[in-house]
Order: sequence, then structure tokens, then C-alpha cells
Amino acid sequence: MTRLFMEDGKQVPVTVLQLDNLQVVAQRTPERDGYCAVQLGAGTAKAKRVSKAMRGHFARAKVAPKRKIAEFRVDPENLIEVGAEITADHYAEGQYVDVSGTSIGKGFAGAMKRHNFGGLRASHGVSISHRSHGSTGQCQDPGRVFKGKKMAGHMGAVRVTTQNLQVVKTDVERGIIMVKGAVPGSRGGWVTIKDAVKKPLPEGVPLPAGLKAAGEGASRAAEETAGAEGAAGDAAEGGQSNES
Amino acid sequence: MDLIAELEAEQIAALGRKIPDFKAGDTVRVGYKVTEGNRSRVQNYEGVCISRKNGNGIAGSFTVRKISFGEGVERVFPLHSTNIDSITVVRRGRVRRAKLYYLRSRRGKSARIAEDSNYKPLDGDRA
Repeated sequence: MTRLFMEDGKQVPVTVLQLDNLQVVAQRTPERDGYCAVQLGAGTAKAKRVSKAMRGHFARAKVAPKRKIAEFRVDPENLIEVGAEITADHYAEGQYVDVSGTSIGKGFAGAMKRHNFGGLRASHGVSISHRSHGSTGQCQDPGRVFKGKKMAGHMGAVRVTTQNLQVVKTDVERGIIMVKGAVPGSRGGWVTIKDAVKKPLPEGVPLPAGLKAAGEGASRAAEETAGAEGAAGDAAEGGQSNES
Repeated sequence: MDLIAELEAEQIAALGRKIPDFKAGDTVRVGYKVTEGNRSRVQNYEGVCISRKNGNGIAGSFTVRKISFGEGVERVFPLHSTNIDSITVVRRGRVRRAKLYYLRSRRGKSARIAEDSNYKPLDGDRA
């Protein structure tokens, strides 16, 4: 993460997300697959480290092997050509997005860290169990611990979505999107960005997507068809303080 | 240089602020823009800089302590804040710590800082 100083003296904490060679690798169509989506690939992978099957997949799309692949559901009229490269101006400044990624793993964590339990007292007869979770239930009736009881266990390293992050700035040349606030995962991790589910899509968002060298007229015309969902972008996390 | 460092360096360059060379122990006067309603003016705040944090980077900040009406007051300023109109060094102090938090428990005579008479300005545009 870094910060931006605004003209009015405000500071905005931002996470820098980078679109690293983000290209459409395949389309999913209702006729063939039963649903409608675009498959995007990002990053670069060495051809010799890509499995033969995936090499064929990339070859068919005529794109260089990608490090990461993710699918994004879109409306049928918003399908994008295979091979098209998505740019950072896909998101408008001020727009809200949801960012998903794998959170930082914390290993086996106790109840205090994992579920914000209060622990036991420091004195008054408590010994050895100051950070324990305490009681897990009743007595002979019911005679068991209820399912879902919050206890110690593995924490983190799960898929997490942070909703309603505002896009503060985009840089098409470098493929950078800056969102206000933190995103899941460590610095240099991979995340996916989607239009916010819980906020209306602003006017002037390119539909089907912000594409490299796309005819300006074409994308504007497509905008008129009120597609519910803009295509979504896949991003590489840059640094975190997150460039995440 | 990684991407974040690059962006931060660019932003610092774009802000184009002249930050004088100062460190903990120096007495500084900070002109801070205050907005009242729709009028904006510059308010001066003068005191001893008791700490610098995060260097000259975009996240850098410094703490200024002064005694106001018999009460110790500390303010933390972001070094690159657009609300800062000017920073002027009033006096160079000679201290042996990077953080002068010990001043908080001192008053009057024991809270004095000796003047650094051998201060050498840095070369170039800063100073």
C-alpha cells in the first residue's frame, strides 16, 4: 500500500493493483458450456513449465502462456473477443469494486486470535490457560459440543472478498489500478477485481470492457445496451503494503 | 526500484515541495493551511521537532512539541501533506537522540536544547 495526497489536503491510503498482460484466453457460451463467461489470463509463464494441455489451450487462443487464469461471468452481449487485452481504464475513477484473493495464512491459531475471544483472567486462580477459549458448552444434556463451535484451528489462507473498494486512480500505460483501502493477501499476491455487487455501476464505464486499441466508437456504442455487469478484471498485486 | 517505490518517488516529484533539512532537536515553524467555512488561511505552529519518522518518503512524518499556555502540545505532520504551506527551521539544536520523547517528562530548564553552532548545510537544493 501507499498513500496519495489530494489537493484538498486529504490523504488516501491506496493499494496498487497491476494488470499484468491481462488477456482473454477463452469464452464460455451458453450453447456450448451452459453459461456465459470470459476466461482471462494474467502474468507470464515459461512455456516449458506449462502443462501440455494448457499449452494447447493458450495456442488455440493465440496468446502467450499465462501465469494465472480466472473466469468472470458476463452478459452474452458483453462477451469479449479471445486475445483482446484489457486495460486499466476498464474501471472508472470513483467506481466501486469488489476484490477477491487468498488471505494471508496464520497457521493454527488460538481462539483469541481466530475468533476474537477474550481469554481468561490474568489472576484470580487462572493457571496456564490465560489464552484458552473457556467452556465449549453445557453438561450431560446435551452431552456434546455443538457443531460450528468456535475453537482454535487453522486461520487465514482462504478466499476472501473485500467489497466496495473505491477506485481512486488508474494508469493505462502501466496497467495500474489504485483502490482505496486494503485487499486480501500479501504483497505480490494475485487478486481478482469485479464491479461492486452492492453499488450501482456508474455512467461512462466502457462496455464490454476497456480494451487495448479498441475502437473508441465501438465501445461507446456497446455502452448503450444496458448490460448489467461489466466484465471484470484480473489483477496482479503489486506491492502491498500491498500493492496488493 | 519496485513499482510502489517508483510511484512514491513520482508522487513526491509531482508534489514538488521544498522540504528543508531538519532533524529532531531543531525548532521549526510549520505553516499549516486551515479552512474555516470557505475561507482558508495559514496558521503557524512553532515548536521543537522531537521525532522524524519514515525518512523523506511519502509516508514520512514529524512531531512538533511546544508548550502552549503551560500545557505541552504535540502535533504530528505528514511531511508531504498538501496542507503544509511551509516549513522553516528557526533554530538548530544539538541532541544525541533521534527521538526526544524524554522532553515529555521535563519542564523548564531541564527541557532546554543546546544550539548546534557547527551546523553544516547539506549541499544542493535542500537546506
